[in-house]
Amino acid sequence: MSEAVLQYILYVVLLIGLAVPLGIYIGKVMNGEKVLLTRVLSPVERGIYKVMHIDPQEQMNWKKYALSAVLFSIFGFVILFLLNILQGFLPLNPQHLPGTSWHLAFNTTSSFVTNTNWQAYSGESTLSYLTQMLGLTVQNFVSAATGIAVLFALIRGFIKVKTDGLGSFWADMTRIILYILIPICLVLSILLVSQGVVQNFSPYETIDLVEPITAGDGTVITQMVVPQGPAASQISIKQLGTNGGGFFGVNSAHPLENPNAFSNFLEMTALLLIPVALCFTFGRNIKDKRQGIAIFLAMLIMLVVCLAVTGANEAAATPQLSQNGAVDITAGAGQAGGNMEGKETRFGIATSATWAVYTTAASNGSVNSMHDSYTPLGGMITMLQMMLGEVIFGGVGCGLYGMIGFAILAVFIAGLMVGRTPEYLGKKIEPYEMKMAVMVCLATPVAILIGSGLATMLPETMQSLNNPGAHGFSEILYAYSSAGGNNGSAFAGFNANTVFLNLSIGLIMLFVRFVPMLATLAIAGSQVKKKKVAQNAGTLPTHNGLFIFLLIFVVLLVGALSFFPALALGPIAEYFQMLG
Amino acid sequence: MSMAKKTGFINRDLLLRAVKDSFLKLDPRVQIKNPVMFLVYLASILTTGLYVLALCGIKDQQPGFILGIAIILWLTVLFANFAEAIAEGRGKAQADTLRAAKRDVQANKLADPSDHETVLVVPSAQLVKGDVVIVHAGEQIPADGEVIEGAASVDESAITGESAPVIRESGGDRSAVTGGTTVISDWLVIRVTSEAGESFLDKMIAMVEGASRKKTPNELALQILLVALTIIFLLVVMALYPYSAFSANQAGVQNSTSVTALVTLLICLAPTTIGALLSAIGIAGMSRLNQANVLAMSGRAIEAAGDVDILLLDKTGTITLGNRQACAFIPVDGTDERELADAAQLSSLADETPEGRSVVVLAKEQFGIRGRNMGQVQATFIPFTAKTRMSGVDTAAGDEIRKGAAEAVKEYVLSKGGVYSKECEDTVKSVSNQGGTPLVVAKNGRILGVIHLKDIIKQGVKEKFADLRKMGIKTIMITGDNPLTAAAIAAEAGVDDFLAEATPEGKLELIRSYQKQGHMVAMTGDGTNDAPALAQADVAVAMNTGTQAAKEAGNMVDLDSSPTKLIDIVRIGKQLLMTRGSLTTFSIANDVAKYFAIIPALFMGLYPGLSALNIMGLHSAESALFSAIIYNALIIVALIPLALKGVKYREIPAGKLLTQNLLIYGLGGIIAPFLAIKLIDMLLVAFGLFI
Repeated sequence: MSEAVLQYILYVVLLIGLAVPLGIYIGKVMNGEKVLLTRVLSPVERGIYKVMHIDPQEQMNWKKYALSAVLFSIFGFVILFLLNILQGFLPLNPQHLPGTSWHLAFNTTSSFVTNTNWQAYSGESTLSYLTQMLGLTVQNFVSAATGIAVLFALIRGFIKVKTDGLGSFWADMTRIILYILIPICLVLSILLVSQGVVQNFSPYETIDLVEPITAGDGTVITQMVVPQGPAASQISIKQLGTNGGGFFGVNSAHPLENPNAFSNFLEMTALLLIPVALCFTFGRNIKDKRQGIAIFLAMLIMLVVCLAVTGANEAAATPQLSQNGAVDITAGAGQAGGNMEGKETRFGIATSATWAVYTTAASNGSVNSMHDSYTPLGGMITMLQMMLGEVIFGGVGCGLYGMIGFAILAVFIAGLMVGRTPEYLGKKIEPYEMKMAVMVCLATPVAILIGSGLATMLPETMQSLNNPGAHGFSEILYAYSSAGGNNGSAFAGFNANTVFLNLSIGLIMLFVRFVPMLATLAIAGSQVKKKKVAQNAGTLPTHNGLFIFLLIFVVLLVGALSFFPALALGPIAEYFQMLG
Repeated sequence: MSMAKKTGFINRDLLLRAVKDSFLKLDPRVQIKNPVMFLVYLASILTTGLYVLALCGIKDQQPGFILGIAIILWLTVLFANFAEAIAEGRGKAQADTLRAAKRDVQANKLADPSDHETVLVVPSAQLVKGDVVIVHAGEQIPADGEVIEGAASVDESAITGESAPVIRESGGDRSAVTGGTTVISDWLVIRVTSEAGESFLDKMIAMVEGASRKKTPNELALQILLVALTIIFLLVVMALYPYSAFSANQAGVQNSTSVTALVTLLICLAPTTIGALLSAIGIAGMSRLNQANVLAMSGRAIEAAGDVDILLLDKTGTITLGNRQACAFIPVDGTDERELADAAQLSSLADETPEGRSVVVLAKEQFGIRGRNMGQVQATFIPFTAKTRMSGVDTAAGDEIRKGAAEAVKEYVLSKGGVYSKECEDTVKSVSNQGGTPLVVAKNGRILGVIHLKDIIKQGVKEKFADLRKMGIKTIMITGDNPLTAAAIAAEAGVDDFLAEATPEGKLELIRSYQKQGHMVAMTGDGTNDAPALAQADVAVAMNTGTQAAKEAGNMVDLDSSPTKLIDIVRIGKQLLMTRGSLTTFSIANDVAKYFAIIPALFMGLYPGLSALNIMGLHSAESALFSAIIYNALIIVALIPLALKGVKYREIPAGKLLTQNLLIYGLGGIIAPFLAIKLIDMLLVAFGLFI
């Protein structure tokens, strides 16, 4: 047990250790300060500006910034949609996979444009190399970059005074991709290839099984197809950009996507790296490090609690698994112990639980174990993190701006309680900001409640379920939470490729991506026009323990109030059933 | 009428009126203005409808149960109405009294302002801006205006509650008169400055009555949050129906969740407590301000008062007592101290100013020099004039005694061929440095010494300023004194900063520079030359005794014309916001307990394991629903006194204040309903309503 605790601590400490310097680096890049790579990359950067006619000094107002972001996403949407339905006629398709159905194409496209990477398809059996590389991987980069860009527009909204320029969307995108995403991905891809992750254009290989398998219907299986492809390059960005869409259907549980403990550590750390780093960037760039640290701590505390609950529950397993003591499920030299159902023996409990908590915290959605097989409370935590709006670090950029939305709600209530009209980072919070902050914070609950409410009403949903009863309900809830948090992971049993599910989940993904994004830019646009309020003893500090506590309280309260009934009918009911 | 005297808020008439108003407010046009309570209103109608259907046989619950819920929902709406009505009640009573003052009178309009004889009698309602009227003793002033000729004593008690008459005269800072007040002696010629219906009295009535009450930005922001929460809860409840149908279907049982139960859950979750009390809190805040005899021109101004972090305070009257007092006789050039005291006393005998009297008192205290009669000493009093800047006496014996400002006396002695010694100059300087005012006394062209006049700092102001500093509010003293004197007084009084030799332009500049740094500035003023600074300040309190221009520039009027009022105004502003915030927190925190009451009640049938969540051990599903919704209604009534009085306010830093309020209203808000709901459940069972 103590070994497992050490493992958890090590994972978290290494993550933070890497994130702090990266945060400073990102901050410098986005301010246009000189960094190590400037020498090499600035000619490229200037070249891009010249060819694309971008004025890096342009100061867009929030509407123009928002319009640029939306148009850019629409452009990406059209391209990816066409690639999906037309891939049968396009090159780089050694398996001769046909175009996908329109609704699956819509779902996949929405999913990747919104940085969700919900996969209603299975990569190796549905999509060609061209679609994966030119479509999905490209979106992995640009959807992540869009989230980060919007965060920086918001940061500028707080630091600038009485103006309306939030910077140039195009210059921001260029810098993020060129200086941040590509260099880290390059390093990560090479490291992953060194561990055995595939990176080729070969057709799939067929090999003979060492031990033939007899299927349930009596047929004997002697051969298996081993998929190939340019996996490593897509895997590094799917982890770094909190995208999560695996090259293969079973994602990072697949040996060719995640072969060993070291590759697992790399991928797992990469998935939270940028979201954690951005907290420090935030503090640095608004010129008050304490504010960044406060938000970081609020997120970290929630992450650690989630990790503890999931870890403990998975390690303890269930009375059913141990068959009331008849089966030994304690951890020992020869076995991982605990609830190993749906987990890779390569990884064991601690590593699987950490990944599960990281990936649902980070709005990433890649998996190395099947969340469907988690214990009721362990699985509930993964679901809850998505329901909270993906603000425990969350997606790159969007997690932090979502959390700032919650911080605005928190200062509003707290500010009133100390008798001042509320302010955050020196800017007054007025009805307009409240309206927008409410949209940022409540888009996720609204989407999940409506989506899952509708889904439970449709008889056909039953056919998508893998399990009956409370667990079946959890599967539906998880699917909509995943879409509503732009996460993209799934309770594995759930078959999501139906017209209704593809459409409703696709729409939800678009809704929860763009409503908070536009609302955030609106807040930035309104804050940038305001003057800064002087700080004094009457100002509510937003960097101390009390505020951190309050922020956590508000996030949990909104989540709990919105989802307590749903969770009671899903995982909580299942938990009590488990106890008997 | 004194507003301050009618403080008790429980009063039989007020209560009856509020009860009546609670029913009148059931009008949907009134209800829709408060979205959260409108939802309760709709829910009441819906459950009443369900009851009727249940009687006709279409039912998913027992009719008695539905009726019970419907009755409690209607009561919830009525309680919210009652809270608002009782808050309005006090204002309405005030408005009635003010209306009595505002009867239509006949005005004597002058066609030619210089001809006081030719008058045209018109009703006051027909007066327009720019008309000139004459008002004689015993007549009511027909409209707001500016005195252009004459001086008179005016009874303003109808507005200020102060029965002592005040002087109004043309020119200067006391030229504004208010319609509805009465001239007691002499006469005034007044130029009308407001149209009928827009007078000060009209505005005052509208404000105290709350008729023109608009939602303030802060109230709107809060309402957005409340509406958003309500929408979420609406979705929660709407989704819960298919959830439970789905789960029942999976378990192969009948869906037991009824519409009535879901409506109950919705109303319990919606932030009805704060929704019901929100407007009462706003009105009560305004009303507390009125009780402090301050009239805010908008609700926005009160909230701004909560944000103020710079107070510009006039030295005289706020920080120091209005008058200086003699505290020492300092002889110079070898004069005997007693001789100086004697001369000073003699020169001040006929000086009726407080300073003059304090010299006489000091001479008696220190040297036992008795008061003498002017006739007895056969002296002629030479009064102070702006030109000589000295006063004194010429005695029968031929002595010429003068006292006055150093510069003036210096000039006087030099002209008489005397000397103004270095010792005297040093003494004058040292008195100034200590924050005192030096008065130099000379006799027959020879300087005897200096009287040290001292500003007396009011008791308790130093502590008050220290408290304000803890809250992050900076105090700045405004004075016409020279910088040395000002610095000494500022140090003694404990203000953070001062503006010496203040001019109206200087004040305006000071306010602007603070605002540029992001501060919110409050000030008081009365003169016309204060108007630009008042207009610039975020919270500007004009004295009622002040000029029309000052009153128009300010966003509040202090009817008592008390310079310390600013501190009370800040307190009331903060208290208003705090009450709102605390009750919001309380209201939302309550939901935790309500969930624990209702969720197990709804789904225990489906998943018996969920009864583990019934940590209150409530009797049955029905009693749980009833206890929760009854609590939800009663808590509104229970919190009305708090909403009207405002939460407790103390001058401590923001962080501590937040901790304290979070403990009381946040943690308290989580715990209290657990206890109360359990208690209600036990009572319901004890009375045999649930078996």
